[in-house]
Amino acid sequence: MSAPAVRAHDLSVRYDRLLALDKIDLTLENGQALGIVGPNGSGKSTLLKTIAGLVAPASGVLEVFGAAPHSLPPGTIAYVPQVEAVDWSFPANVYDIVAMGRFPRMHPLRRFSKADRAAVDSALAALRLGDLRGRHISELSGGQQQRAFVARAIAQEPQLLLLDEPTTGVDAATEEALRELVRGLVAGGLPVLMTTHDLERAPEWFDRLMVVDRRVLAEGDPLTVLESGAYAGIREHVHTHGHARVENAEERTSL
Amino acid sequence: MIDALFAPFQYEFMQRAFVAALVVGTLCSTIGVYVVLRKLSFIGDGIAHASFAGIVIAYLRGLDYYIGAAAVAVVTAVGIGYVNRRGKVSLDTAIGVLFTGAFALGVFLMSRLPTYNIDLQGFLFGNILAVSRGDIITILVLSAIVAGALVLLYRPLLYTSFDPVVAEASGIRAGVVSYVLLILLALTIVVSLEAVGIVLVAALLVTPAATAYQLTRSFRRMVALSAAIGAFCAVAGLYASYYLHAASGATIVLLVTLAFFTAMLSKRIWQHAP
Repeated sequence: MSAPAVRAHDLSVRYDRLLALDKIDLTLENGQALGIVGPNGSGKSTLLKTIAGLVAPASGVLEVFGAAPHSLPPGTIAYVPQVEAVDWSFPANVYDIVAMGRFPRMHPLRRFSKADRAAVDSALAALRLGDLRGRHISELSGGQQQRAFVARAIAQEPQLLLLDEPTTGVDAATEEALRELVRGLVAGGLPVLMTTHDLERAPEWFDRLMVVDRRVLAEGDPLTVLESGAYAGIREHVHTHGHARVENAEERTSL
Repeated sequence: MIDALFAPFQYEFMQRAFVAALVVGTLCSTIGVYVVLRKLSFIGDGIAHASFAGIVIAYLRGLDYYIGAAAVAVVTAVGIGYVNRRGKVSLDTAIGVLFTGAFALGVFLMSRLPTYNIDLQGFLFGNILAVSRGDIITILVLSAIVAGALVLLYRPLLYTSFDPVVAEASGIRAGVVSYVLLILLALTIVVSLEAVGIVLVAALLVTPAATAYQLTRSFRRMVALSAAIGAFCAVAGLYASYYLHAASGATIVLLVTLAFFTAMLSKRIWQHAP
Protein backbone atom coordinates (compact mmCIF):
# COMPACT_ATOMS: atom_id res chain seq x y z
CA MET A 1 0.00 0.00 0.00
CA SER A 2 1.46 3.40 -0.99
CA ALA A 3 2.10 6.14 1.56
CA PRO A 4 -0.61 8.78 1.99
CA ALA A 5 -0.08 12.08 0.21
CA VAL A 6 0.28 13.85 3.55
CA ARG A 7 0.64 12.40 7.03
CA ALA A 8 1.14 14.61 10.06
CA HIS A 9 1.28 13.34 13.61
CA ASP A 10 1.67 15.56 16.68
CA LEU A 11 2.92 18.27 14.32
CA SER A 12 3.78 21.51 16.11
CA VAL A 13 5.15 24.70 14.56
CA ARG A 14 6.59 27.70 16.36
CA TYR A 15 7.47 31.22 15.33
CA ASP A 16 10.10 31.96 17.94
CA ARG A 17 8.16 31.52 21.19
CA LEU A 18 4.72 31.63 19.65
CA LEU A 19 3.04 28.29 19.10
CA ALA A 20 1.37 28.51 15.67
CA LEU A 21 0.28 24.86 15.37
CA ASP A 22 -0.17 22.51 18.29
CA LYS A 23 0.03 18.74 17.81
CA ILE A 24 -1.80 18.53 14.50
CA ASP A 25 -2.84 15.09 13.25
CA LEU A 26 -3.74 14.94 9.58
CA THR A 27 -3.94 12.37 6.82
CA LEU A 28 -4.63 13.17 3.18
CA GLU A 29 -5.00 10.30 0.72
CA ASN A 30 -4.55 10.48 -3.05
CA GLY A 31 -7.68 11.57 -4.89
CA GLN A 32 -9.04 13.42 -1.90
CA ALA A 33 -9.80 17.10 -1.29
CA LEU A 34 -9.34 18.27 2.29
CA GLY A 35 -10.64 21.69 3.28
CA ILE A 36 -9.09 23.61 6.16
CA VAL A 37 -11.23 26.22 7.87
CA GLY A 38 -10.50 28.41 10.84
CA PRO A 39 -10.42 32.08 11.79
CA ASN A 40 -7.68 34.48 10.77
CA GLY A 41 -4.48 33.68 12.63
CA SER A 42 -5.53 30.10 13.37
CA GLY A 43 -2.48 28.65 11.61
CA LYS A 44 -4.16 27.53 8.34
CA SER A 45 -1.56 29.19 6.13
CA THR A 46 1.23 28.00 8.43
CA LEU A 47 -0.03 24.43 7.99
CA LEU A 48 0.16 24.75 4.19
CA LYS A 49 3.60 26.39 4.33
CA THR A 50 4.86 23.61 6.58
CA ILE A 51 3.61 20.91 4.24
CA ALA A 52 5.19 22.84 1.34
CA GLY A 53 8.52 22.71 3.17
CA LEU A 54 8.69 26.47 3.67
CA VAL A 55 8.42 26.33 7.46
CA ALA A 56 10.25 23.77 9.58
CA PRO A 57 8.21 21.86 12.16
CA ALA A 58 9.20 22.37 15.81
CA SER A 59 8.25 18.80 16.67
CA GLY A 60 6.20 15.86 15.47
CA VAL A 61 6.09 13.91 12.23
CA LEU A 62 5.35 15.31 8.79
CA GLU A 63 5.57 13.15 5.70
CA VAL A 64 4.58 13.93 2.13
CA PHE A 65 4.41 10.71 0.12
CA GLY A 66 6.36 9.08 2.95
CA ALA A 67 9.25 11.57 2.92
CA ALA A 68 10.18 14.95 4.37
CA PRO A 69 8.82 17.76 2.12
CA HIS A 70 12.23 19.22 1.28
CA SER A 71 13.59 15.82 0.16
CA LEU A 72 10.92 15.28 -2.51
CA PRO A 73 11.82 15.45 -6.22
CA PRO A 74 11.35 18.95 -7.71
CA GLY A 75 7.86 19.60 -8.98
CA THR A 76 6.10 17.27 -6.52
CA ILE A 77 4.28 20.00 -4.59
CA ALA A 78 2.50 22.99 -6.12
CA TYR A 79 1.63 25.78 -3.70
CA VAL A 80 -0.55 28.82 -4.33
CA PRO A 81 -0.21 31.32 -1.47
CA GLN A 82 -3.04 33.51 -0.29
CA VAL A 83 -1.25 36.72 -1.15
CA GLU A 84 1.46 36.77 -3.77
CA ALA A 85 4.25 39.03 -2.56
CA VAL A 86 5.76 39.54 -6.01
CA ASP A 87 6.97 42.58 -7.89
CA TRP A 88 4.10 43.32 -10.26
CA SER A 89 6.37 45.36 -12.54
CA PHE A 90 8.49 42.24 -13.22
CA PRO A 91 9.01 41.86 -16.98
CA ALA A 92 6.65 38.93 -17.54
CA ASN A 93 3.25 38.32 -19.10
CA VAL A 94 0.62 35.74 -18.14
CA TYR A 95 2.13 33.04 -20.37
CA ASP A 96 5.60 33.60 -18.86
CA ILE A 97 4.20 33.21 -15.33
CA VAL A 98 2.27 30.03 -16.11
CA ALA A 99 5.28 28.60 -17.98
CA MET A 100 7.32 28.90 -14.77
CA GLY A 101 5.27 26.00 -13.46
CA ARG A 102 7.23 23.75 -15.84
CA PHE A 103 10.64 24.90 -14.58
CA PRO A 104 11.09 22.68 -11.48
CA ARG A 105 11.18 19.45 -13.47
CA MET A 106 13.18 20.73 -16.44
CA HIS A 107 16.81 19.80 -16.96
CA PRO A 108 18.92 22.98 -17.32
CA LEU A 109 19.76 22.31 -20.96
CA ARG A 110 16.38 20.94 -22.04
CA ARG A 111 14.37 23.21 -24.31
CA PHE A 112 10.71 23.96 -23.73
CA SER A 113 9.06 20.96 -25.41
CA LYS A 114 5.71 20.44 -27.10
CA ALA A 115 4.51 18.71 -23.94
CA ASP A 116 5.54 21.74 -21.87
CA ARG A 117 3.69 24.09 -24.20
CA ALA A 118 0.63 21.81 -24.18
CA ALA A 119 0.60 21.77 -20.36
CA VAL A 120 0.81 25.57 -20.24
CA ASP A 121 -1.90 25.99 -22.89
CA SER A 122 -4.13 23.52 -21.06
CA ALA A 123 -3.66 25.33 -17.73
CA LEU A 124 -4.39 28.69 -19.38
CA ALA A 125 -7.56 27.29 -20.94
CA ALA A 126 -8.67 25.66 -17.67
CA LEU A 127 -8.42 29.00 -15.87
CA ARG A 128 -9.96 30.90 -18.82
CA LEU A 129 -6.79 32.91 -19.36
CA GLY A 130 -6.26 32.11 -23.04
CA ASP A 131 -7.16 35.62 -24.19
CA LEU A 132 -4.91 37.19 -21.57
CA ARG A 133 -1.80 35.12 -22.26
CA GLY A 134 0.16 38.06 -23.71
CA ARG A 135 -0.96 40.58 -21.11
CA HIS A 136 1.58 41.96 -18.63
CA ILE A 137 0.88 40.85 -15.05
CA SER A 138 0.49 44.43 -13.83
CA GLU A 139 -2.49 44.85 -16.17
CA LEU A 140 -4.50 42.04 -14.56
CA SER A 141 -7.25 42.42 -11.99
CA GLY A 142 -6.78 40.77 -8.59
CA GLY A 143 -8.93 37.82 -9.62
CA GLN A 144 -7.06 37.39 -12.91
CA GLN A 145 -3.73 37.46 -11.07
CA GLN A 146 -4.99 34.76 -8.71
CA ARG A 147 -6.11 32.65 -11.68
CA ALA A 148 -2.68 33.04 -13.29
CA PHE A 149 -1.01 31.67 -10.17
CA VAL A 150 -3.43 28.76 -9.95
CA ALA A 151 -2.75 28.09 -13.66
CA ARG A 152 0.99 28.04 -12.93
CA ALA A 153 0.38 25.41 -10.24
CA ILE A 154 -1.75 23.33 -12.64
CA ALA A 155 0.86 23.60 -15.41
CA GLN A 156 3.38 22.13 -12.98
CA GLU A 157 1.38 18.86 -13.02
CA PRO A 158 2.13 18.30 -9.34
CA GLN A 159 1.41 15.24 -7.23
CA LEU A 160 0.07 17.41 -4.39
CA LEU A 161 -1.75 20.72 -4.71
CA LEU A 162 -1.84 23.23 -1.85
CA LEU A 163 -4.23 26.16 -2.27
CA ASP A 164 -4.39 28.97 0.30
CA GLU A 165 -7.77 30.67 -0.06
CA PRO A 166 -7.70 30.70 -3.87
CA THR A 167 -11.25 32.07 -4.15
CA THR A 168 -10.47 35.34 -2.37
CA GLY A 169 -11.19 38.25 -4.69
CA VAL A 170 -12.54 36.18 -7.59
CA ASP A 171 -16.02 36.51 -9.04
CA ALA A 172 -18.72 33.84 -8.73
CA ALA A 173 -18.17 32.45 -12.24
CA THR A 174 -14.42 32.10 -11.69
CA GLU A 175 -15.00 30.50 -8.31
CA GLU A 176 -17.30 27.93 -9.88
CA ALA A 177 -14.79 27.27 -12.69
CA LEU A 178 -12.08 26.83 -10.07
CA ARG A 179 -14.24 24.43 -8.08
CA GLU A 180 -14.96 22.34 -11.16
CA LEU A 181 -11.26 22.33 -12.00
CA VAL A 182 -10.28 21.18 -8.51
CA ARG A 183 -12.97 18.49 -8.46
CA GLY A 184 -11.77 17.29 -11.86
CA LEU A 185 -8.18 17.08 -10.65
CA VAL A 186 -9.26 15.25 -7.50
CA ALA A 187 -11.30 12.82 -9.60
CA GLY A 188 -8.12 12.18 -11.57
CA GLY A 189 -6.36 11.15 -8.35
CA LEU A 190 -4.66 14.40 -7.30
CA PRO A 191 -4.73 15.11 -3.55
CA VAL A 192 -5.70 18.71 -2.79
CA LEU A 193 -5.35 20.60 0.49
CA MET A 194 -7.09 23.97 0.52
CA THR A 195 -7.89 26.65 3.08
CA THR A 196 -11.11 28.59 2.79
CA HIS A 197 -13.49 30.90 4.59
CA ASP A 198 -16.47 29.82 2.52
CA LEU A 199 -18.18 27.40 4.89
CA GLU A 200 -21.46 27.25 3.01
CA ARG A 201 -19.94 25.75 -0.11
CA ALA A 202 -17.43 23.54 1.67
CA PRO A 203 -19.42 20.32 1.03
CA GLU A 204 -19.31 21.05 -2.73
CA TRP A 205 -15.54 21.53 -2.68
CA PHE A 206 -14.21 18.96 -0.26
CA ASP A 207 -14.38 15.27 0.62
CA ARG A 208 -13.32 16.09 4.17
CA LEU A 209 -13.24 19.22 6.26
CA MET A 210 -10.96 20.13 9.14
CA VAL A 211 -11.53 22.94 11.63
CA VAL A 212 -8.24 24.35 12.88
CA ASP A 213 -7.49 26.88 15.56
CA ARG A 214 -3.83 26.05 16.21
CA ARG A 215 -5.18 22.60 17.12
CA VAL A 216 -7.53 20.38 15.18
CA LEU A 217 -10.98 21.05 16.64
CA ALA A 218 -13.02 18.88 14.31
CA GLU A 219 -12.39 16.75 11.26
CA GLY A 220 -14.50 14.57 9.03
CA ASP A 221 -17.29 14.68 6.45
CA PRO A 222 -17.95 18.40 5.64
CA LEU A 223 -21.68 18.30 6.46
CA THR A 224 -21.07 16.50 9.73
CA VAL A 225 -18.31 18.94 10.75
CA LEU A 226 -20.43 21.97 9.87
CA GLU A 227 -23.40 20.59 11.78
CA SER A 228 -21.22 19.89 14.80
CA GLY A 229 -20.95 23.66 15.37
CA ALA A 230 -17.18 23.46 15.94
CA TYR A 231 -16.51 26.47 13.74
CA ALA A 232 -19.30 28.56 15.25
CA GLY A 233 -17.63 28.09 18.62
CA ILE A 234 -14.35 29.53 17.32
CA ARG A 235 -16.00 32.46 15.66
CA GLU A 236 -17.53 33.34 19.00
CA HIS A 237 -14.07 33.13 20.52
CA VAL A 238 -12.54 35.28 17.77
CA HIS A 239 -15.07 38.00 18.22
CA THR A 240 -14.13 38.31 21.87
CA HIS A 241 -10.37 37.67 21.79
CA GLY A 242 -9.03 38.16 18.25
CA HIS A 243 -6.21 36.17 16.65
CA ALA A 244 -3.73 38.61 15.26
CA ARG A 245 -0.65 37.15 16.88
CA VAL A 246 0.06 34.21 14.56
CA GLU A 247 -0.46 36.38 11.49
CA ASN A 248 2.01 38.93 12.81
CA ALA A 249 4.51 36.19 13.58
CA GLU A 250 4.18 34.85 10.02
CA GLU A 251 4.89 38.29 8.62
CA ARG A 252 7.99 38.61 10.79
CA THR A 253 9.48 35.35 9.64
CA SER A 254 8.69 35.59 5.94
CA LEU A 255 11.93 37.43 5.00
CA MET B 1 35.96 58.28 -40.60
CA ILE B 2 37.15 54.71 -41.17
CA ASP B 3 40.65 55.75 -40.14
CA ALA B 4 39.30 57.25 -36.93
CA LEU B 5 37.42 54.01 -36.24
CA PHE B 6 40.52 51.88 -36.55
CA ALA B 7 43.12 54.33 -35.27
CA PRO B 8 43.05 53.07 -31.65
CA PHE B 9 43.65 49.49 -32.83
CA GLN B 10 47.17 50.30 -34.00
CA TYR B 11 48.19 49.97 -30.37
CA GLU B 12 48.28 46.52 -28.82
CA PHE B 13 47.22 47.84 -25.43
CA MET B 14 44.10 49.35 -27.03
CA GLN B 15 43.25 46.03 -28.69
CA ARG B 16 43.37 44.36 -25.29
CA ALA B 17 41.38 47.21 -23.77
CA PHE B 18 38.62 46.79 -26.38
CA VAL B 19 38.40 43.05 -25.71
CA ALA B 20 38.22 43.71 -21.97
CA ALA B 21 35.60 46.46 -22.42
CA LEU B 22 33.42 44.29 -24.66
CA VAL B 23 33.54 41.26 -22.34
CA VAL B 24 33.14 43.21 -19.10
CA GLY B 25 30.38 45.41 -20.55
CA THR B 26 28.41 42.40 -21.78
CA LEU B 27 28.90 40.29 -18.66
CA CYS B 28 28.12 43.03 -16.11
CA SER B 29 25.00 44.14 -17.92
CA THR B 30 23.73 40.56 -18.34
CA ILE B 31 24.06 39.55 -14.69
CA GLY B 32 22.92 43.08 -13.89
CA VAL B 33 19.39 42.13 -14.97
CA TYR B 34 19.15 39.91 -11.87
CA VAL B 35 20.79 42.62 -9.76
CA VAL B 36 18.07 45.09 -10.77
CA LEU B 37 15.12 42.67 -10.61
CA ARG B 38 16.19 41.30 -7.22
CA LYS B 39 16.87 44.82 -5.96
CA LEU B 40 20.52 44.06 -5.22
CA SER B 41 21.93 47.31 -6.62
CA PHE B 42 23.74 48.19 -3.38
CA ILE B 43 25.38 44.76 -3.24
CA GLY B 44 27.56 45.35 -6.32
CA ASP B 45 29.01 48.45 -4.73
CA GLY B 46 29.49 46.57 -1.46
CA ILE B 47 31.28 43.56 -2.92
CA ALA B 48 33.50 45.80 -5.06
CA HIS B 49 34.61 47.81 -2.03
CA ALA B 50 35.14 44.64 0.01
CA SER B 51 37.45 43.22 -2.67
CA PHE B 52 39.90 45.99 -1.82
CA ALA B 53 40.88 44.01 1.29
CA GLY B 54 41.65 41.04 -0.96
CA ILE B 55 43.88 43.17 -3.17
CA VAL B 56 45.89 44.31 -0.13
CA ILE B 57 46.11 40.77 1.29
CA ALA B 58 47.27 39.47 -2.10
CA TYR B 59 49.93 42.20 -2.18
CA LEU B 60 51.13 41.23 1.31
CA ARG B 61 51.29 37.56 0.38
CA GLY B 62 52.78 38.10 -3.05
CA LEU B 63 49.76 36.55 -4.76
CA ASP B 64 47.91 37.53 -7.93
CA TYR B 65 45.53 40.42 -7.21
CA TYR B 66 42.69 38.53 -8.90
CA ILE B 67 43.01 35.65 -6.42
CA GLY B 68 42.91 37.92 -3.39
CA ALA B 69 40.07 40.06 -4.74
CA ALA B 70 38.04 37.01 -5.81
CA ALA B 71 38.51 35.26 -2.44
CA VAL B 72 37.40 38.25 -0.36
CA ALA B 73 34.61 39.17 -2.81
CA VAL B 74 33.17 35.65 -2.70
CA VAL B 75 33.47 35.40 1.10
CA THR B 76 31.80 38.80 1.48
CA ALA B 77 29.03 37.91 -0.98
CA VAL B 78 28.28 34.62 0.79
CA GLY B 79 28.58 36.37 4.17
CA ILE B 80 26.03 38.98 3.11
CA GLY B 81 23.64 36.22 2.06
CA TYR B 82 24.21 34.31 5.31
CA VAL B 83 23.74 37.31 7.61
CA ASN B 84 20.61 38.31 5.70
CA ARG B 85 19.04 34.84 5.89
CA ARG B 86 20.23 33.63 9.27
CA GLY B 87 20.70 36.85 11.15
CA LYS B 88 17.22 38.11 10.22
CA VAL B 89 18.58 41.53 9.29
CA SER B 90 17.63 43.32 6.10
CA LEU B 91 19.79 42.91 3.02
CA ASP B 92 20.94 46.54 2.94
CA THR B 93 22.00 46.30 6.60
CA ALA B 94 23.92 43.06 5.94
CA ILE B 95 25.69 44.70 2.98
CA GLY B 96 26.43 47.83 5.02
CA VAL B 97 27.98 45.81 7.86
CA LEU B 98 30.08 43.43 5.76
CA PHE B 99 31.39 45.69 3.02
CA THR B 100 32.48 48.49 5.35
CA GLY B 101 34.12 45.89 7.60
CA ALA B 102 36.02 44.32 4.71
CA PHE B 103 36.97 47.70 3.22
CA ALA B 104 38.21 48.86 6.64
CA LEU B 105 40.32 45.69 6.87
CA GLY B 106 41.95 46.61 3.57
CA VAL B 107 42.66 50.18 4.72
CA PHE B 108 43.93 48.89 8.09
CA LEU B 109 46.34 46.42 6.50
CA MET B 110 47.58 48.98 4.00
CA SER B 111 48.09 51.62 6.69
CA ARG B 112 50.46 49.27 8.54
CA LEU B 113 52.75 48.94 5.53
CA PRO B 114 55.83 51.18 5.70
CA THR B 115 55.77 51.52 1.91
CA TYR B 116 53.57 50.07 -0.80
CA ASN B 117 53.38 50.14 -4.55
CA ILE B 118 49.77 49.07 -5.10
CA ASP B 119 48.21 51.06 -7.94
CA LEU B 120 45.44 52.27 -5.65
CA GLN B 121 43.99 54.72 -8.15
CA GLY B 122 43.94 51.99 -10.78
CA PHE B 123 41.87 49.71 -8.57
CA LEU B 124 39.58 52.49 -7.36
CA PHE B 125 38.81 54.00 -10.76
CA GLY B 126 40.00 51.31 -13.17
CA ASN B 127 42.78 51.38 -15.74
CA ILE B 128 41.61 49.41 -18.74
CA LEU B 129 44.58 50.55 -20.81
CA ALA B 130 46.87 48.64 -18.45
CA VAL B 131 45.14 45.29 -19.03
CA SER B 132 47.82 42.72 -19.81
CA ARG B 133 47.66 39.57 -21.93
CA GLY B 134 47.43 37.57 -18.69
CA ASP B 135 44.57 39.78 -17.49
CA ILE B 136 42.71 39.13 -20.73
CA ILE B 137 43.02 35.36 -20.24
CA THR B 138 41.78 35.67 -16.62
CA ILE B 139 38.90 37.90 -17.73
CA LEU B 140 37.90 35.49 -20.52
CA VAL B 141 38.09 32.37 -18.30
CA LEU B 142 36.15 33.91 -15.41
CA SER B 143 33.61 35.40 -17.81
CA ALA B 144 33.10 32.03 -19.49
CA ILE B 145 32.48 30.42 -16.07
CA VAL B 146 29.96 33.10 -15.08
CA ALA B 147 28.22 33.07 -18.47
CA GLY B 148 28.00 29.25 -18.45
CA ALA B 149 26.51 29.26 -14.96
CA LEU B 150 23.97 31.92 -15.97
CA VAL B 151 22.86 29.76 -18.91
CA LEU B 152 22.58 26.62 -16.77
CA LEU B 153 20.70 28.44 -14.02
CA TYR B 154 18.50 30.48 -16.33
CA ARG B 155 15.19 28.97 -15.21
CA PRO B 156 15.88 28.71 -11.45
CA LEU B 157 17.24 32.27 -11.47
CA LEU B 158 14.22 33.58 -13.35
CA TYR B 159 11.69 31.75 -11.16
CA THR B 160 13.36 32.68 -7.85
CA SER B 161 13.79 36.28 -8.99
CA PHE B 162 10.06 36.56 -9.58
CA ASP B 163 8.59 34.38 -6.83
CA PRO B 164 11.15 32.81 -4.48
CA VAL B 165 8.56 31.41 -2.05
CA VAL B 166 6.54 29.44 -4.59
CA ALA B 167 9.72 28.40 -6.42
CA GLU B 168 11.06 26.99 -3.14
CA ALA B 169 7.79 25.14 -2.48
CA SER B 170 7.99 23.58 -5.94
CA GLY B 171 11.39 22.11 -5.14
CA ILE B 172 13.79 24.74 -6.48
CA ARG B 173 16.41 25.50 -3.83
CA ALA B 174 15.91 29.27 -3.77
CA GLY B 175 18.53 29.74 -1.05
CA VAL B 176 21.20 27.83 -2.98
CA VAL B 177 20.34 29.70 -6.19
CA SER B 178 20.66 32.97 -4.29
CA TYR B 179 24.11 32.06 -2.95
CA VAL B 180 25.30 30.95 -6.40
CA LEU B 181 24.12 34.25 -7.87
CA LEU B 182 26.05 36.15 -5.20
CA ILE B 183 29.21 34.16 -6.01
CA LEU B 184 28.76 34.80 -9.75
CA LEU B 185 28.26 38.46 -8.96
CA ALA B 186 31.47 38.52 -6.92
CA LEU B 187 33.42 36.94 -9.81
CA THR B 188 31.90 39.41 -12.28
CA ILE B 189 32.96 42.32 -10.10
CA VAL B 190 36.51 40.98 -9.82
CA VAL B 191 36.65 40.59 -13.62
CA SER B 192 35.56 44.22 -13.98
CA LEU B 193 37.88 45.86 -11.46
CA GLU B 194 40.69 46.47 -13.95
CA ALA B 195 38.27 47.96 -16.47
CA VAL B 196 36.13 50.31 -14.41
CA GLY B 197 37.44 50.07 -10.85
CA ILE B 198 35.93 49.54 -7.42
CA VAL B 199 34.04 52.83 -7.32
CA LEU B 200 32.38 52.58 -10.74
CA VAL B 201 31.70 48.86 -11.24
CA ALA B 202 28.26 49.10 -9.61
CA ALA B 203 27.17 51.45 -12.39
CA LEU B 204 28.01 48.89 -15.06
CA LEU B 205 26.04 46.26 -13.13
CA VAL B 206 22.96 48.38 -12.56
CA THR B 207 22.59 51.08 -15.21
CA PRO B 208 22.39 49.05 -18.47
CA ALA B 209 19.82 46.70 -16.89
CA ALA B 210 17.88 49.64 -15.44
CA THR B 211 17.93 51.23 -18.91
CA ALA B 212 16.61 48.04 -20.52
CA TYR B 213 13.93 47.83 -17.81
CA GLN B 214 12.62 51.20 -19.05
CA LEU B 215 12.29 49.94 -22.59
CA THR B 216 10.70 46.47 -22.37
CA ARG B 217 8.34 44.33 -20.33
CA SER B 218 9.75 41.03 -21.56
CA PHE B 219 12.46 39.30 -19.53
CA ARG B 220 14.30 37.87 -22.55
CA ARG B 221 14.26 41.22 -24.33
CA MET B 222 15.46 42.89 -21.14
CA VAL B 223 18.48 40.56 -20.98
CA ALA B 224 19.29 41.10 -24.68
CA LEU B 225 18.83 44.87 -24.50
CA SER B 226 20.84 45.19 -21.31
CA ALA B 227 23.73 43.16 -22.76
CA ALA B 228 23.64 45.22 -25.97
CA ILE B 229 23.58 48.53 -24.09
CA GLY B 230 26.39 47.42 -21.77
CA ALA B 231 28.59 46.17 -24.62
CA PHE B 232 27.93 49.22 -26.81
CA CYS B 233 28.55 51.74 -24.03
CA ALA B 234 31.74 49.97 -22.90
CA VAL B 235 33.22 49.99 -26.41
CA ALA B 236 31.89 53.44 -27.34
CA GLY B 237 33.05 54.81 -23.99
CA LEU B 238 36.52 53.49 -24.64
CA TYR B 239 36.57 55.14 -28.08
CA ALA B 240 35.35 58.40 -26.56
CA SER B 241 37.96 58.29 -23.80
CA TYR B 242 40.68 57.71 -26.43
CA TYR B 243 39.74 60.81 -28.39
CA LEU B 244 38.82 62.96 -25.37
CA HIS B 245 41.94 61.96 -23.43
CA ALA B 246 39.72 61.14 -20.46
CA ALA B 247 39.58 58.30 -17.91
CA SER B 248 38.08 55.29 -19.72
CA GLY B 249 36.12 53.85 -16.75
CA ALA B 250 34.48 57.18 -15.99
CA THR B 251 33.67 57.76 -19.69
CA ILE B 252 32.01 54.34 -19.97
CA VAL B 253 29.92 54.94 -16.87
CA LEU B 254 28.93 58.44 -18.07
CA LEU B 255 27.78 56.91 -21.33
CA VAL B 256 25.56 54.27 -19.67
CA THR B 257 24.16 56.99 -17.41
CA LEU B 258 23.34 59.05 -20.50
CA ALA B 259 21.68 55.97 -22.04
CA PHE B 260 19.56 55.53 -18.91
CA PHE B 261 18.23 59.09 -18.90
CA THR B 262 17.66 58.97 -22.67
CA ALA B 263 15.60 55.79 -22.23
CA MET B 264 13.68 57.27 -19.31
CA LEU B 265 12.82 60.46 -21.19
CA SER B 266 11.96 58.53 -24.38
CA LYS B 267 9.59 56.35 -22.38
CA ARG B 268 7.86 59.36 -20.84
CA ILE B 269 7.50 61.06 -24.23
CA TRP B 270 6.22 57.83 -25.79
CA GLN B 271 3.67 57.32 -23.00
CA HIS B 272 2.38 60.90 -23.28
CA ALA B 273 2.26 60.89 -27.06
CA PRO B 274 -1.31 61.36 -28.40
